[in-house]
Amino acid sequence: MINILFFASLREKLNCAEMTLPFTAPCSAQDVLQQLISLHPDWKDALNGPRLLVAVNQEMAQLNAIVQDDDEVAFYPPVTGG
Amino acid sequence: MIHIQTADFNLQDEYTALREQSNGIGAICSFVGLMRDFNDGSRVQGMFLEHYPGMTEKSLQKIVDEAMQRWPLIGYRIIHRVGPLLPNDQIVLVLVASAHRQAAFAACEFMMDFLKTRAPFWKKELSATGEKWVDAKTSDGDAASRW
Repeated sequence: MINILFFASLREKLNCAEMTLPFTAPCSAQDVLQQLISLHPDWKDALNGPRLLVAVNQEMAQLNAIVQDDDEVAFYPPVTGG
Repeated sequence: MIHIQTADFNLQDEYTALREQSNGIGAICSFVGLMRDFNDGSRVQGMFLEHYPGMTEKSLQKIVDEAMQRWPLIGYRIIHRVGPLLPNDQIVLVLVASAHRQAAFAACEFMMDFLKTRAPFWKKELSATGEKWVDAKTSDGDAASRW
């Protein structure tokens, strides 16, 4: 399984904080996004934003990052702390 | 020391704790970020700070590790608050200790620039007209990219 997290404005737009998807190799963060959009076509606009950021296992990553079984993949908007 | 907490912090207590770490410290640089009551032309009544537990601590540790490689630092303390905040509240503390001031000044600024662009925190502002997620500033990205 892949554990997926959404944060901040993205979490509110999707009305979802956390979900899981079955894992099938090979898999990238981009593949995870495509699976999410296939499952939830109404999420397409929110997940296709140019400023969407991704982390794999709590490390910032690019969309082509490899995702493995039991990985944690997070999607979130640009950060605004400090 | 890196702490993510809802509670407020006391600058003097943190400064004292850092100062007591070593007699070799010749300079401590401090930065405190506060919540403003005005942003983008509208009055802000409060704020909620969200974070990504686990990743936030890791990303701050990476920023510290990178700073430690660049400058001869003796110690540091970072505190970032999360949860509900009010105008004038303290949000973030970065303290950096080194033998000489140049490293302390530079590393403190470096840590804040990277904290603002890499650490997964998000601010939601509350005003009379409702709630609004704060947009990331391109100037923050520019500040981080100069290092």
